[in-house]
This record gives sequence, C-alpha cells and structure tokens, in this order.
Amino acid sequence: MPVVHLKGLTRAFGAFKAVDNVDLEIADGEFLSLLGPSGCGKTTTLRMIAGFIDPTGGTIDVDGRVLSSASGSLPPEKRGMSMIFQSYAIWPNMTVAENVGFGLEIRKIPREDARRQIAEVLDVVQMGHLANRYPAELSGGQQQRVALARAIVVRPAVLLLDEPLSNLDANLREEMRFEIRRLHEQIRITTVYVTHDQAEAMATSDRIAVMNKGRIEQVDAPYTVYTRPKTRFVAGFIGRTNFVTGRKNGGDLVFDGFAVPTASIPDALPGTAEIDFSVRPQSLKLVRDATDAGGDRLAIGGSVGHRTFLGEYWDYTFDVANSGLKLKVAAPPSDVFEVGSPAVLALDPALMVALE
Amino acid sequence: MTDTTATHGAASAMPGAPNGARSFDGSMLIWLLFAAILVVIVVNPIFRLIWASVEHEDGGLTLANYVSAYGRQRYWQSLINTLFMGGGTALLAALLGVPLAWACVRTDMPGRGFVRLCVLAAFIIPPYLAAVGWVLLAGPNSGWLNRAWMALTGAETGIFNVYSLGGLVTIMGLHLFFFIFIFTSSALELISSEMEDAANVLGAGPVKTAFKVTLPLIMPAILGGVIIIFLQSIALFGVPAIIAIPARYPVVTTQLTEFFSNNRVDLAAAYAIPLLLITVAMLTIQRKILARKGFTVVGGKGGERRIVRLGRWRWVVFGYAMLVAMLAVFMPLFVLVQAAFSKAWSRGFSLDNLTLDHVKFILFEHQGALPALTKSILYASIAAFCALTLALVIAYVVRRNLLRFGQVLAFLCMAPFVIPGIILAIGFYAAYAPPPLLLAGTGLIIIVAFTTRLLPIAYQNSAAGVASIHAEMEEAVRILGGTRMTAIRRVVAPLLKRSLVGAWILIFVPACQELSTAIFLSGPHNRVLSVLIFDFSEEGRFEQLAVLGGLLLIITVIIVTIGFRIVGRDFMLRRDQ
Repeated sequence: MPVVHLKGLTRAFGAFKAVDNVDLEIADGEFLSLLGPSGCGKTTTLRMIAGFIDPTGGTIDVDGRVLSSASGSLPPEKRGMSMIFQSYAIWPNMTVAENVGFGLEIRKIPREDARRQIAEVLDVVQMGHLANRYPAELSGGQQQRVALARAIVVRPAVLLLDEPLSNLDANLREEMRFEIRRLHEQIRITTVYVTHDQAEAMATSDRIAVMNKGRIEQVDAPYTVYTRPKTRFVAGFIGRTNFVTGRKNGGDLVFDGFAVPTASIPDALPGTAEIDFSVRPQSLKLVRDATDAGGDRLAIGGSVGHRTFLGEYWDYTFDVANSGLKLKVAAPPSDVFEVGSPAVLALDPALMVALE
Repeated sequence: MTDTTATHGAASAMPGAPNGARSFDGSMLIWLLFAAILVVIVVNPIFRLIWASVEHEDGGLTLANYVSAYGRQRYWQSLINTLFMGGGTALLAALLGVPLAWACVRTDMPGRGFVRLCVLAAFIIPPYLAAVGWVLLAGPNSGWLNRAWMALTGAETGIFNVYSLGGLVTIMGLHLFFFIFIFTSSALELISSEMEDAANVLGAGPVKTAFKVTLPLIMPAILGGVIIIFLQSIALFGVPAIIAIPARYPVVTTQLTEFFSNNRVDLAAAYAIPLLLITVAMLTIQRKILARKGFTVVGGKGGERRIVRLGRWRWVVFGYAMLVAMLAVFMPLFVLVQAAFSKAWSRGFSLDNLTLDHVKFILFEHQGALPALTKSILYASIAAFCALTLALVIAYVVRRNLLRFGQVLAFLCMAPFVIPGIILAIGFYAAYAPPPLLLAGTGLIIIVAFTTRLLPIAYQNSAAGVASIHAEMEEAVRILGGTRMTAIRRVVAPLLKRSLVGAWILIFVPACQELSTAIFLSGPHNRVLSVLIFDFSEEGRFEQLAVLGGLLLIITVIIVTIGFRIVGRDFMLRRDQ
C-alpha cells in the first residue's frame, strides 16, 4: 500500500488561501486525522487527495507518482481510492447489496466473487441480515455501516473519510468511533480522516494533524498532541488548558505570582524574553498546605475562586495570591474545597509546555 | 503497489504524470452550443420584438410607433381596462382560493380530497373553453341562467350578462384561483401548530391568533399568488377575445390582435412593451415580497400541524367549496356536454334535440379537426421534450458548476417567464416570419415558440430535481471508479425519473392547450386544436366547439391520470420552487 505525500499543497479561492503550503506524509497503513475547526481547510485538503478539487500550488503524490498538481490532476475515478461522505451518499435507488457491490461491478469482478465479497464485508460491518433492504428503510447508523462497507470492499489504495459521524447522535457516534478503529486494525488500509471533534480523532488515529487557517500546526500521535502541544492554537483546541506567560530573569522564569527555576522545565526554551506556557488543569493539584505538595512540585499559595461539580471531577478556579492570575484546576470528586477557602496549588514544572 | 489493489485493477490506471483531463477545453464549446440555442429561441425573439418597435422604415431608429400605438385615447383606455381586469381577477381569485386552501389544509371539512380535485379540474379546463361555457350559461337573454331567471320570475330580460367586465373577471378568476390555492396551501403546510400555540399561551384567542399570527405568516404567499394571477390574467388572449370584444371592453391583448391583423407588427411590438415592463416590475416586486426577512419561517420545515375542528360550520365551508366547484367546473362542463349532443344548444333538454351528428362531423367529416388534434399532441410532446432536455442539461451543468458563466444560461432559461405568450408570439413572428426563414405557418415555429414559452417551468423543475440529488451521490460513484457519465446513468437518471415524468406532464398539458402563443403563428398548415376551437367560437359553432373541447379535455385528463399513477397524486398540486 502506498505512501501519500503532500508537498507544499496550496488551494486558493480568489485571494483566500483555503489550504496554504501544507506538507504531510502519510505512511503505509497509517490512520491519520486532519483535525481543526470549520473553515481550517481540512475538507479541502481531503477533497484534493480524492481528486475532486485541483490544487493551485504544490503536489500530491502516491507511491512517488504525482496525482495532483497545479497543471492538472488525475480524475477521482482513476485514483483507486474510496471515500465516506458526510451525507453517506448511499444511493437510494439501490439495495444495500447493490450499493456495496457497485465498486466491484465497475472493477469487473466476476459475479460469484463479488457476491462472496459483498457477503463478507457486510458481515464485517454487521449488516449481513439487511442486504436486500433499500436505504430509506435503514437508520442513520445502519446507513453509515453501508457506506463503510461500500468503501472498503474495493480494497482501496487510500480510504478517505469526511466527517462521517457528524450526522449521528452522541451515543452512536461514540460506538462508531471504536468500530472504525476496530476495522482499521483488521484491514490496515491507509486512511485519512477529517473531523472537527478532538475525541473522535484521538480515539481513531495513529497520528493527528491539527490544522488552522489552512496550515498544519502540528502532526503527532494523540498522546503527544495532548501533552506536548507545540502552539497556542493546538493547546487551546485540544482539551482545556491554562495559558501563562513567563519572563526570563537569571536562572528563573518569573510568572504573575510565582517563579519557576528554568532548569526544571524539560522543553528547550526559545530565545525570546517572554515565553507562553500551556498548563493543563489535570496536571495541577489542590492541597491544604505546602507540605502536601510533594517533593518535585512547586507550592503556590492562594484561594479557591469558583467551583463546579461535573460528576467525574471537580472544576475549580484557583486565585493565585498577590496576583490577578486565575488557573483552572481539575480535581477528583473526593478533593472537596470550599469556595473562598485558602489552599495551595501544587505545580509540576515538568508538565508545563512551552509554546512557539 | 500491493497485490490487493493490483487484483482490482484500479490503481494500474494511474499514469506517471497528470493527464490534464480536468482542464477540458471542450467545455467552452458546450457552453457556446447551449448559448447559441438560447440565443435563437430566447434572445433573438425578444430582441426582434424590441427592435421592431423602434425600427424606422428606412432602417434608422424612431419612436413613431410608440406615438401611434399610444396616440389615441382608445389605445390608452385599453391599457387601463387591462389593469382593472387584472386587479379584479386577482381580488376574486384571492377570495376563492385562500379560504379553500385553508379549509383543505387546516380544517376537518368533509371531502377535502374531492375539493382539491375540483380545484385541479378548474385549472385544467382551458380558460377559452370555460369562457364558451359561460357564454352558454350567462349570455344575455339566451343563456341558461337568464332563461331560468325569466322562467322563475316572469321577467322580460335576464339579469346576467357575461359580456361585461364582471363576466371577464368571473371567468378568469374561476380559472386562475388555482395558483393562489397552491401558494397558500403550501405556505399553510409549513406553519406548525406550535407557532399558533405560542400565541394561545400568551393569551390570544383563536380569532386573534388567526389574524395576528397565521395570516401574517402566509401573507407573502398570498401576495405572491395575487401578483402571479394579475400577470396571468392580463396576458390571457382567449377569454378577452371571446368576452371582451362583444362587451366593447377592449384590453391590451385584443388591441394587439387588431394591430396584428392590420399587418402592423411594428405597432403591435410598440404596444406590447408597456405590458412587458409591467410584468417585469411586478415579478421583481413579487420576489422582493417573498424574499423579505422575517418571513423566512415559511421556507422552514413544518412541525406538527393540528386540524381545526369546525363543528357545524364544516358543512358551511364545504358548501362554499362546492359552490366554487359548481361555478368553475360543473356548470360550464354540463352546458358544454349538453351542447355537444344537441341539434341546437338553445333548444334545451329534450329527447328530440339529442344527436350524435356533431360528434360524427368532427370525427369523420371535418377536414381540419383530427389533424389539429394530432398536431396539438405532436407539437406539445416535442416541445415538452425539447424544453425539458435543454433545461435539464443546463440545470445540471449550472448546479454542478461544470461551466464558467453557467449562470448566464440559467438566466436565459428563466427569461421567457416575464414574457406573456402573445407578446412572445409577436417576437417570434418578427424574428422568423420574414425572409430568409419564412417560418410563419410551419409546425417548426410553433414547436420552438412552445419550447421557449415553457422553458422556465422546465428549468425550475429540472433545477429542483438536480438540487435534490446531493453532489456527494455522484462523487461516491466517481471515487469508486465510475465516470461522470456512469454517475448520471446509474444514479442521477434513476433518481430523477419520477420528477421528470411529472415535469413533462406539467409542460405537456399547458402546451397542448396553449392559445396565446399559437394564435399569431398559425396558418392553414399548422393549426392546432386550441386555434381551431377559437375559430369555431368566432363562427358561433358552439355545438361542434363543445365536441372539440371535449376531445382536448379527454386527452388532458388521460395524461394527468397517468401522471397521478406514476408520480403520485400531488404532483400538480404542489408548488415547485
């Protein structure tokens, strides 16, 4: 199976650059997500890979062959890919089996082979018993499974998914996430998955490419994207976080209300005098007094501002003493602190992430 | 490349370099082809119409035609008469259509399906045929209603006179209220009961709710319908020709005929321009009204709708509906059927007046009747096919953004909508009757004129059909290896089949009955049934006319019934956007 390589890929609509100089390599058998808010260029990128949109600059090649460039592109029907659409695009005039068998028919697979492959793939997506139904008689989740079966039965070179779960309700969405990942582990087709839902991307992907304003901000495994975001945008878009700004002062980084020794920060720090950091609420801990903070952690005095109980955890706001700084802190349900009471914040400098 | 993709052969088609197939230069040629067709059938006739109105005999420009066409008080009066007639018709149609639409959509009135069928019947009876029916009913003294009145009261004279402004407005209103019925019921179907509940919760009673919530919500639809009816009525030719001329109430379309028969196409063209401008202005206003902010709810999805229980009043409302149906359908049809089987219609209902002679004459003896019938069906079929094919291809390339400047083609397809049929005919005559083409009196000119006239309906239906098919349906075919043609053949065509049958009928039926466009373009060799019926009415041969009209109606009903079977019974009662 092929390696998909985007080189300087650009798509302008008039003066607006929907996709701006994107470089990306998708490995054989990899599941990669394009994640970003609406309008970030992720769907345009996907549709360029599919061949529905021509780039205005840069190239897309698969296994070293240029499929798309500004001077011309191979039409979608000649790319040997398949795609799952946001609307599913199940053809209402064909039964489930006819939908799934369409790609095989185009590829002139003998009828008997085709019938067997259709039956197999419908079993994989647990739709075997509904093979002769028409799409109008199926639920949204079932249509989704037909779309999946139709896309994978042709064993595509690359599988493309365009927000396939956005039309499903919350429970089904969660179920289908795992289904998609399970299928990928079974068949290992090189997959590009477009979504604006970070949980979806994290549950399904080997790597996530976070996009913003037509550019890729970071490409990494889900764990790395969450714990070591490279930019302010990535840190803010994936999960909740606190942004704090530190100023270099000798061997210390001085923040509003506390200071951290530069040596305790694992990241290589940029040369600028002021540096932005992301600190996840989950990496902070509230304790009663400084001795409970633990050895490597910094103890910062202050008080509890607001609190919200969300069942799985407490959501506190911590007001740092002698400063205007307010930090979000997540705490387990057993850590109960009253609003307004003094408390100590335990901060592990190793979990602070310097942003570009 | 791995073995799996190789076995399926799709990836082997990948060449080493892009082949540039997407930057297809042929697309400009296709655009030019369609643009050329539309220039011939839309742009040139309109241009010729305007040109004829300002052309000087020596070739220069002049306004002399306008001075002559509007130089006499009588000609001015015709235009004013026309506006009164249009206004009266629109008002009457609203009084007929709005209550019926409300009763059919929102109440428990008995026989709602039957009432809808009657409304449809009122529309598919050609207005010129209804006009003849009303001549038999309400002709001064001799009409059935007047004779009944005189017999009942012993009066010397009848009380109804169809040859009057009232007669004109009644006949047109009873035919055209179909539009306001469709507009209003579509709007009512989109208003959920929750909106009315919201008013009730805030303390408004049912009457207050109706006037403060429901009526304002459907008002744009009603106004839109009123404007359409106004425009339709001022453009009609048949009814004024049968009613207004004897009534000495000249209107624009009858005046146009006068200029035309005096061989003054230049004057007719100049005289037609104000009517064209009024149409363009009114349609612009209609679009503004329908697009106004705050009424967007009418375009939204309706929630649950509850039916209003009328109690005893349901029979009163039903009675009103039946009265409308009597006037619009049953009474005119009844007297026409009587005439068709009578030696002389005025001799009334007696056995010795019964005869099949007229049927025999029309079917076996008259030289022109069956050829006219055949031509009507043939021309209408071909025109419907051409209009639909052209509209469908253009709608597809425009909706799928396959051609640059596709919007220009779409605009040209819709342009004939603003041109009344009779004015279009003048344009066609000016464009293609003179040498070198000399197409006057040929079947071709009628077919092309019908195609142009019906192109807007065809385009609206086609565009709606194409829009209803998500582009991703086709993209799914292509990504799996099918070409665009495969997508059209396997997905688009099967999904459009039903709506295309419906659209074809929606075009065929009016084309089969069209009189306004045909009247100036027909001669002895291309006379269609509508024109023959009109000729018979001028000669007062009402019995034979009734037989011809019956034939036309039977064909119409057969075609519409086939449509019901294939497409479902609401296809003509729906408002296509």
